[in-house]
Amino acid sequence: MKILVVGGGMGGTILANNLARRLSGELKAGKASITMLSASDKHMYQPGLLYVAFGKMAPDELYRDQVSLLESSITFRVDPVTKFNLKENNVVTESGKQYDYDIIVISTGSRAHAEGTPGLDEHAAQFYTEEDAVKMFKTLQNFEGGKVVVAVGVPHKCPMAPLEITFMLADYFKERGIWDKVQLHYTYPIGRVHSLEAVAKWAQPEFDRLGITYETLFNMKEVTPDKVLSEEGTEEKYDLLVTVPAHKGMQVIEDNDLGPGGFIPTNRTRLNIEGYENAFVIGDTTNLPISKAGSTAHYEAEALAENIASTIKIGSPVRDYDGKVFCFIEAGEGRATYAMFNYQNPPDPKAPTKGIHWFKTAYNKMYWASARGLL
Amino acid sequence: MSERKLVDAKNTFCPGPLMELIGQMKMAEIGDELEILSTDQGSANDIPEWINKVGHEMVESFENEGVWHLVVKKTK
Repeated sequence: MKILVVGGGMGGTILANNLARRLSGELKAGKASITMLSASDKHMYQPGLLYVAFGKMAPDELYRDQVSLLESSITFRVDPVTKFNLKENNVVTESGKQYDYDIIVISTGSRAHAEGTPGLDEHAAQFYTEEDAVKMFKTLQNFEGGKVVVAVGVPHKCPMAPLEITFMLADYFKERGIWDKVQLHYTYPIGRVHSLEAVAKWAQPEFDRLGITYETLFNMKEVTPDKVLSEEGTEEKYDLLVTVPAHKGMQVIEDNDLGPGGFIPTNRTRLNIEGYENAFVIGDTTNLPISKAGSTAHYEAEALAENIASTIKIGSPVRDYDGKVFCFIEAGEGRATYAMFNYQNPPDPKAPTKGIHWFKTAYNKMYWASARGLL
Repeated sequence: MSERKLVDAKNTFCPGPLMELIGQMKMAEIGDELEILSTDQGSANDIPEWINKVGHEMVESFENEGVWHLVVKKTK
C-alpha cells in the first residue's frame, strides 16, 4: 500500500506522522510505505509571522528542517509535484520522476495573492511571508503618526488575523508612545467586525473602548498611494495601510484544473476529492467553507490519518471529520482568548485573559511537538 | 457561457455564508449565478444587503426545511 503525501506543511506533516505511528507494523513488514513530497526542506511556523511583523520573534525562530519533524519511517523528498494524474494514480514531479500511489493526500496550502488587488503589493504593509513581515516591521519602526487603515481580502488564511493585527498595532503604538498621534481605522468585508458573531460582539466594544474606528461591508478593490477603494464604492485615505490580502491555493492546483482558485472540491466529512475514493485533501487546499487555519489542518489530518489506517486494517473508515476548528485570538494588552467550534456547535469565546496569552506564547514554541504529532 | 454554481455553506460559522459568497463571486464570471445554501437566518438579510450595496443582482431567496437558498447574479 503506497501512501503519497503532497505538501510538507502543518496538515501533511501531522497526517504523515500520525499515519506512520498507526501503521508502524505495516511499515516494518514492508506492507505499506509513506512518501512525502514537498517544495522545501524547511518547515515554517506560519502563525509566527504575525509576531515577526512586530519584532517579537526573529525570522529564524520560525523554521525547522522538515526531515527533523518526520518519523524516520517516512520517505521525504524535496521534489514538488507538477502534474497530478488522479485517474492513473500517479504524480509527476519537477525532477521528472513519476510517483505511483494507492492513496494520495494533497496538502499544498494557500498563499497570499496580493497581486490580485491592484496597487496592494506596491503600497500596503502585509505579513504573510518572512520578507513581507520583516518589511512591515521596518515600516512600523519608521511610522511617526497618522491614519492607519487595516483592510482585509477574501478568502484569507487565519480568520483571527484581522483582529489580532489591529489589537497588536494599538499595543505597538502605545509602547512607542505615539498612540495619541495615530488614528487606527479597521475595515471588514461583511456587516460586522468579525465573521463569527460572538467574536464580533466581543471585539466591537473593545474597539470602542480603545478608540479604534471601524467600517463594515468594505472589500478591497484597489489601492492607490494614499487611499484604498472598496467594491462597495467607498474609499479610505491612509498614511499607512496594513492588509490581510486575499488568498489563493497553490498554482499547481490551478494548473492541473483540480479546483478554481487553487481550492479542490472536497467532501466535508470524509475529506476525499469529489469523485475519487483514494484521493484526499486537507488544510487550506480544500474548498470547504470553513476557516483556513492551522488547527483546521491539524484536526482534519488526525481524522484522515485514523480513517486511512482503519481502511488499511479493517477495510473501512471509522469516523467523520466534524468541522472542528480552534483559534487563539490575541486581544492586545497582554491578553488573549480563543474560539472553538465545529459544523454543529458555534463558538462561545470567553473574556480575554493574560493566562491564555501566555499559553499562546508557549504554543509558539510547542508547535514543533504538535507537528511531530506529540501534542 | 453563464452557469449556476451551488455554494454549500450550511452549518458553517467561519468564514460564514456571506464571506464565502464574496470569495466565490470573485472567481465567477459576469452573468454567472450562485446559489448559496445557509442555515444562518441572518444570511436572509446580510447577503441581500451586500449584493445591493455592491450592485450585483438578487435573483431569489427562499427558505426550505431550515435551509436558506439565496440566488445571486454577478453583474459587474
